[in-house]
Amino acid sequence: MSTLIEVSGVSKSFGGVVANHDVSMAVPDGGITALIGPNGSGKTTLFNSIVGYHPIDSGSIKFDGQEISDLRVQEIARLGLLRTFQQTRIYGKMDCVKNMLISVPNRNSSFTDMFKKYPQDVTDKAEHLLEFVGLYSKRKLLAGNLSFGQQKLLEFAMALMNEPKVLLLDEPTAGINPTLINGLIDRLKLANSEFGITLFVIEHNMRVVMNLADNIYCLAHGEMLAHGKPEEIQNDQRVIDAYLGAH
Amino acid sequence: MMNKYTLYGITLAVGIFGPLMFPAYITQFTVLWLMVVFSLTWDIMGGQMGYNSLGNILFFGIGMYVCAIVQVGLYYNVGEYTAYSGAVKVNFTPDQYFTGLALGTVAAAIVSSLIAVIFGWIVFGLRGPYFAIGTLGVAIAAGELIGAWDYVGGGGGMSLPLFPGDSDGTAFNYVAMFTLAIATFLFLKWLYASRFSLAINAIRDDEEKAEGMGIQTKRYKTVAWSISAFFLGISGAIFGNMTGFIEPLEVAFPTVTFGIFMVLMALLGGKGTLWGPIIGAVLFHVIKEFTWTVLLGWQWIALGALIVVNVVFFQQGLVGWMQERWPEKFGIEVDTQLGVNENPSETVT
Repeated sequence: MSTLIEVSGVSKSFGGVVANHDVSMAVPDGGITALIGPNGSGKTTLFNSIVGYHPIDSGSIKFDGQEISDLRVQEIARLGLLRTFQQTRIYGKMDCVKNMLISVPNRNSSFTDMFKKYPQDVTDKAEHLLEFVGLYSKRKLLAGNLSFGQQKLLEFAMALMNEPKVLLLDEPTAGINPTLINGLIDRLKLANSEFGITLFVIEHNMRVVMNLADNIYCLAHGEMLAHGKPEEIQNDQRVIDAYLGAH
Repeated sequence: MMNKYTLYGITLAVGIFGPLMFPAYITQFTVLWLMVVFSLTWDIMGGQMGYNSLGNILFFGIGMYVCAIVQVGLYYNVGEYTAYSGAVKVNFTPDQYFTGLALGTVAAAIVSSLIAVIFGWIVFGLRGPYFAIGTLGVAIAAGELIGAWDYVGGGGGMSLPLFPGDSDGTAFNYVAMFTLAIATFLFLKWLYASRFSLAINAIRDDEEKAEGMGIQTKRYKTVAWSISAFFLGISGAIFGNMTGFIEPLEVAFPTVTFGIFMVLMALLGGKGTLWGPIIGAVLFHVIKEFTWTVLLGWQWIALGALIVVNVVFFQQGLVGWMQERWPEKFGIEVDTQLGVNENPSETVT
């Protein structure tokens, strides 16, 4: 598998706090990669650096061979590198279908596209994806009136609508009840296998990580601690120590 | 939307028969349509996009001055004309008048839009209350700058060419303003049916998310503001000719009257809806004129009380309140089982 996202030697500090120090990692094309680590280990900072939310202090981030560390959020999103948020973010005062429609890819949208209407096949696709995540019956409701878990599903569907090459998910199962988690794992796997979207996931829930990922990175204190297959990480003494606070 | 055609009917009937039946109030009717334009154009940004501009009056004043400069400048030296203003009566032939007015209005619209693009580039870095204060500052500064510019008469203002012929032009100005209001409405109706409305609504609901999804937010914001400015510029051009004399602080850049009225009208009617600003403008204008007539001396207090009631009890405005009360009539679906359906897994099985 070729490398889709290549992070090399990235450092980022906020004032005196070093959030990431000399972090290097690679997200292979087509797989599901997970990023784990205790609270405050710099996972979300690394995510934000990759999607261009803030500039990095040093190092390089390449997407599909192209340097993206100096691009802005929108430009990176239009390249096909999309993220979802830890605190779910949807457009609350619009209904679900509209949330989906406005999420179409903006890769080649020209000036006059702003004033066009959506063709029927786009609406069909939006409804089809809502059905895929199990929100079809709620499609006419205002997104802000959905429950938290439903909003997470909607955000996931919106991300799929955007047809990204790689999707960065920040804790997709946080705050969702256990029954729903299994359904979500299945859908994430389907998105990967059926739609061919590379996934890069931050996750705390070890059951989810071991189930989902084929490739795991572990951060601790802003540095890359370990990398390997799920079973290797599970048995890595340094990872266990980091989680239990031996560091 | 409910009773769409009734609303169209009422609007057209008021627009056409109002001034015919009450010719003494024709200027009031002209101002009414001006208020509708104000409120509709403010709502593009304030209601649909969530950017509360307090400085939209800027484009009204710019349109007014640009039109005046073109109208006079085509035939005379503006600097000399304003210096002579009041002393020398300059006669414009009907041909000169209408050519100047037509070109002036077009120029007003274009220049206002361009200025919106330039200012947008500066102030769109600001969010929330900072944007509101920033735009207010720009509008106030513009009034002061024009007041210091002797070429256009400075604080003393300048008078506009007289309407040719025996008529004083009130009927002509009325038709112009009414047409502008209708054109603004139809344009926005078309605009809000396109992708544009979803994008600016998305910016209103969560701009950071919209950026994260790759929407060209800056492009949408700039275009939205220049659309407001386009119609406001034309309204300024017409209003300037209606009053016949323009000066910077009270007529062209009246930040604390017209500039604030546009916000209040949209809030009163219901921001973020197509009809809300129109209904708000009509209500506001009627209430305002009523209090000015009946409660003279207390009119600002009455207006203040209205604002307080609006903001405290009716934040979503009249149409917004109706949407909450009867959502089904507005095509909004409400999940009736929302209370018991807190568990999202039920929808997935």
